[in-house]
Amino acid sequence: MTNTIVLSDASLRDGNHAVRHQLTAQQIASYARAADEAGIDIVEVGHGNGLGASSCLLGKATSTDTEMLAAARANLRRSKLSVHFIPGFAKTTDIERALEVGVDVFRIASHCTEANITRQYIEHAKQAGKTAYGVLMMSHMADAAELLRQAKLMQSYGADAIVLMDSAGFSTPGDVAEKVGRLVEHLSVAVGYHAHNNLGLAVANSIVAVQCGATMLDACVRGFGAGAGNTQLEALVAVLERYGYATRTDFARTAVLAKVTESFLPVRTPHIPIANITTGVYGLFSGFVPHIERLATELKIDAFELCARLAARKLVAGQEDTIVEEAHRLAAEMNVTRVAA
Amino acid sequence: MHDQRTSVAIIGSGTIGTDLMCKVIESEVLSLAFVVGRDANSKGLAIAKERHVETSAEGIDFLKENADAFDIVFDATSAYAHAQNNSFFSAAAKFAIDLTPARIGAICVPSINLGDVGQQQNINLITCGGQASLPLVHALRNTTKRIDYIEVVSTIAAASAGLATRENINQYLLTTEHALARFSGAPEVKAILNINPAEPGVSMQTTIYAYASFDDFGAIELEIERAADAVREYVPGFEIVLKPVLDAGRITVSVTVRGSGHYLPQYAGNLDIINCAAIAVAKSRHEHIASKKS
Repeated sequence: MTNTIVLSDASLRDGNHAVRHQLTAQQIASYARAADEAGIDIVEVGHGNGLGASSCLLGKATSTDTEMLAAARANLRRSKLSVHFIPGFAKTTDIERALEVGVDVFRIASHCTEANITRQYIEHAKQAGKTAYGVLMMSHMADAAELLRQAKLMQSYGADAIVLMDSAGFSTPGDVAEKVGRLVEHLSVAVGYHAHNNLGLAVANSIVAVQCGATMLDACVRGFGAGAGNTQLEALVAVLERYGYATRTDFARTAVLAKVTESFLPVRTPHIPIANITTGVYGLFSGFVPHIERLATELKIDAFELCARLAARKLVAGQEDTIVEEAHRLAAEMNVTRVAA
Repeated sequence: MHDQRTSVAIIGSGTIGTDLMCKVIESEVLSLAFVVGRDANSKGLAIAKERHVETSAEGIDFLKENADAFDIVFDATSAYAHAQNNSFFSAAAKFAIDLTPARIGAICVPSINLGDVGQQQNINLITCGGQASLPLVHALRNTTKRIDYIEVVSTIAAASAGLATRENINQYLLTTEHALARFSGAPEVKAILNINPAEPGVSMQTTIYAYASFDDFGAIELEIERAADAVREYVPGFEIVLKPVLDAGRITVSVTVRGSGHYLPQYAGNLDIINCAAIAVAKSRHEHIASKKS
């Protein structure tokens, strides 16, 4: 039934909003390496407002565009490197510098009713042999017919895909279905969706988008992004799996990504701890989480494995004693394995 | 009685050219020979005909054939087109007032350097954001020891941003930054342009951020007021909406420009400020021509 969904990770760009554009080259390098290992398709990097946006108006970034992009480039092997570009903030010289560093994907963005300011930059990226997406920001401020008109302009300029951004986290699943559905029906290029979680709908809206034919989704590790944060990558991938959509990564790898990045990426945007997503994935009672986490730490066992075993035993709420029993069983088996090894 | 006015032509029948036409018609020292464009069905040419102005859709070719009929030409086409048009203006010794960001001629902000106009063949009016910010940037330069950084952010109504502007925002930024560097002396400058589609349209707003070393902030405040008064001499709708604020070493000052409502509604201060500057330059040229005749 399903397409493979392309995942574009905006943690190192939208996440920069959450730290007032202070991500360092070292943080970017570390995250890029981890995201590449996790099988993320596209890694977007830069100031929160994209290339050339470091300013008094929006906030001065701690690193230059080139420093940020070079740090990511050196650590990406299979993942593509992308940038956000808003005409009026950035200039063609910014595209030229990004090309020199080796950016693969140029996401040329405008307010959702102003697509005709993007032509020059989409054409520039395409002429350089790169991938160009047209991005319509604040898409809640235009209806489906207007968004389609604007998307068709970007398509006519050569955009390889059109991404709708719910920049304010305003949209409901019904809005997403109508707007994404309209674009998918009438465009010849791929459609993507970029959600924010202000109303707790980011994952739901993203799932509706793919159900309506979108094939690309933006997400951020632990929701690391502007305001209430973006679609949380780990939760999104878990739900995509439940619906049978394939990605180049999987839930377990994104969970590892979330875990390893805790040491260098200070995420204060609201997000769901990986343990809670895991019990959600396995259908375990929510109140089990503190017990599982305590035992995993004390007995040095893998919480994922413990959850899998508890799920296999179909526990109901109230069987916290069985968590202890299963945890000790798992620890004993692991000790046997360790001794044998 | 012999007409003492100076004859002008307008090339470009978009939003800028049409608003400019209204201003030329009102002028007591300029007479409008014709408005030319490229599209016979354009709204701008239709409005010109309604107002009994001679028009042509033959663009620059029409101007070449009727070169004797005008002394000054306003070019409100695009940066790319102006570069081509000016080879004719220059060869025919026509005084060109360039409203595109082509930046071929000397850059001019009337409240700063109108006196330099007499020597030139081509005057470039930078951009609307440049016309709104540079008088205040100049005031900052006059009252500080050194400007280290200047940033100018302008927001204009979507309906007032014509196609030529939209297709080359890059040139808008480059030209604005060029003029900012030139008039501020700052080693680092940045220009930003926002387009807002809200209806009714939002008035043009421009904010200047600056890092500078200075002794007397009061002197800066006074000079900014004086500069705004000087701009109001030719742009009546120019208003400071945020007086200079000092925050952690950074100076911020904001203006809005209400338009005259000649062509687009009053929110289109961006059209008004560059066109008022164009009229000021043309009047100065008229006086220059008149002084040579007498």
